[in-house]
Amino acid sequence: MKFFIPKDTTALALGAESVAMALQAAGAEPVRNGSRGMFWLEPLLEVETDLGRIGFGPVSSKDVPGILDALKAEPSSHNLYLGPVNEISFLSSQQRLTYARAGVGDPVCLDNYQTLNGFKGLKNALSFTGQQIVDQVKDSGLRGRGGAAFPAGIKWQTVLDCESEQKYIVCNADEGDSGTFADRLVMESDPYQLIEGMCIAGLAVGATQGYIYLRSEYPVAHKLLNIAIDRALEANFLGDNIQGSGKTFHLEVRLGAGAYICGEETSLLESLEGKRGMVRAKPPLPAIEGLFGKPTVVNNVLTLAAISSILEQGAEVYQNFGMGRSRGTLAIQLAGNIKRGGLIELAFGVTLREVVEDYGQGTYSGRPIRAIQVGGPLGAFLPESQWDTPMDYEAFAAINAMIGHGGIVVFDDTADMAAQARFAMEFCVLESCGKCTPCRIGSVRGVEVIDRIVANEDRDNNLILLHDLCDTMELGSLCAMGGMTPFPVRSALTHFMSDFTGQGRGDN
Amino acid sequence: METGAQNTADISHLVTQFKAVPGGLLPLLHAIQAELGYVPDSVVPSIATGLNLSRAEVHGVISFYHDFKTHPVGRNTVQICRAEACQSMGSRSLEAHAKETLGIDYHQTTADGSITLQEVFCLGNCACSPSVRINNDVFARVDQDRFDELVANIRGEVEIK
Repeated sequence: MKFFIPKDTTALALGAESVAMALQAAGAEPVRNGSRGMFWLEPLLEVETDLGRIGFGPVSSKDVPGILDALKAEPSSHNLYLGPVNEISFLSSQQRLTYARAGVGDPVCLDNYQTLNGFKGLKNALSFTGQQIVDQVKDSGLRGRGGAAFPAGIKWQTVLDCESEQKYIVCNADEGDSGTFADRLVMESDPYQLIEGMCIAGLAVGATQGYIYLRSEYPVAHKLLNIAIDRALEANFLGDNIQGSGKTFHLEVRLGAGAYICGEETSLLESLEGKRGMVRAKPPLPAIEGLFGKPTVVNNVLTLAAISSILEQGAEVYQNFGMGRSRGTLAIQLAGNIKRGGLIELAFGVTLREVVEDYGQGTYSGRPIRAIQVGGPLGAFLPESQWDTPMDYEAFAAINAMIGHGGIVVFDDTADMAAQARFAMEFCVLESCGKCTPCRIGSVRGVEVIDRIVANEDRDNNLILLHDLCDTMELGSLCAMGGMTPFPVRSALTHFMSDFTGQGRGDN
Repeated sequence: METGAQNTADISHLVTQFKAVPGGLLPLLHAIQAELGYVPDSVVPSIATGLNLSRAEVHGVISFYHDFKTHPVGRNTVQICRAEACQSMGSRSLEAHAKETLGIDYHQTTADGSITLQEVFCLGNCACSPSVRINNDVFARVDQDRFDELVANIRGEVEIK
């Protein structure tokens, strides 16, 4: 019998290490796999049996002897028995492309990755010209998964068309939005997929150096990525003369230093250059003048990871998922006050209500849901009347909301939405790079004005002032930090005004 | 600037290691902090000279990023996540509890030198909030009792050593 216990951040945070030690003490050496993203079941102990991979969870070290006993007799007799893991409906109902391998095996085992179709995309790419690769990406309809949803193929074409001795591939792994962990899950459960995608990007546009800009809040991902890069280099999937092709691609992880703004691509490039993470004015686009002034592809982890499956299975397969102009799959991250939180990969088009009620099974507290914030700290708070909106970029834009990086944070009916609006401004105070005035000063004034509104100091005029301030920030800020901080504030004002006036919970 | 030899940490080996690395200032600062626990003002001139930057530029970078500390910190760093997912699960009251029981505010160190308390915005553990990071370990679903247990644990280990 083979045992699996994950070593991703969430499983470790819930005690996976002590479960692993209990298994070792009992003579059962576990494989340390990645997580499947069913976080409410972590630590999820999987056992390979004649029936396939069966699961138990959430498991603590105290449960281990009982589970080992049950395995000798009748596994289903144990109260943590979950049945075959692939048949758990939370997982079996998903359409996993990017996360197909997540949790299956040891994430840094190169053999495991190759057994599960890893590096097939890269091998295909090595037989193509740069233009042919870019065409595949264009045909797939892939849009950047970091939040802005810009067509990846068009960005790549721009970099390919630039004449330059040096070009760069930069992976934005500064996943700072609250409620998001999709990038982390790729890096901790399937890091080779990202490495493969970046290598393909390098081949496509003619870049020989790549950087993964990783936030320092992810120490587990940092460790695993470095191991994976070393092994990929050793097996010649990175480095010089990749698989005898004569092509070169080097890859390095660089750590951020706790600045949310560095998730903005131009601020990230400044930081990679060793400077303060000050946002740059655009143009020039990073595709033309990016890192160290050279043409640079900056893509999110999920965008680059998706490249591996597009090159492996073909653009058409990917294109066949989704709706409208939102093609492929979306990595939905269900978080906050939720009973069953985790990673849900689905084609675009599922409604927010389906995600929260069917997958999430409501709040963790058991109380009614009051508001849902989608798309991170710069995303709107949505009241129940908007939960039937399908999750695609255009449908969300139509209700002044955004899907962003796909994070969903659920709040129950104890949430104070005026306090959340104030926090949105406060966060902008703390994390603004300070370059433009609407963001740097506007956010400070925003906190003050919200305080006055809540304290009922000249409330009507201060509400007018707050809207005016939001207009200034939206229209006058250099980047999305100041430009979108008004989204959560305005949505709270529109849908949860009673929280600002202390008139009870009559949502309007 | 006067920098007596006794309070000038020798970081020349790190400067040598990173001075030719493109964009090497951040990796260098991380390396200095890993070795000394913080980035003392006294090392700024040698960083500036080594990387051919002005001292103002080096200072500007150190002060921009939340991670870099310019003063010694406690033996353990405890970070409480203040971001939205954790707020939805009660991190605001956890923050208040932590400050009260430790007797310090954010960016301060307990009198016994065992703990520096910091805020953090998202540890990527948002499906099992509230989250707390202690040094390099993240802990999930940290309520007040669990917080007290974790604090007692790190303080106990310090005493044993």
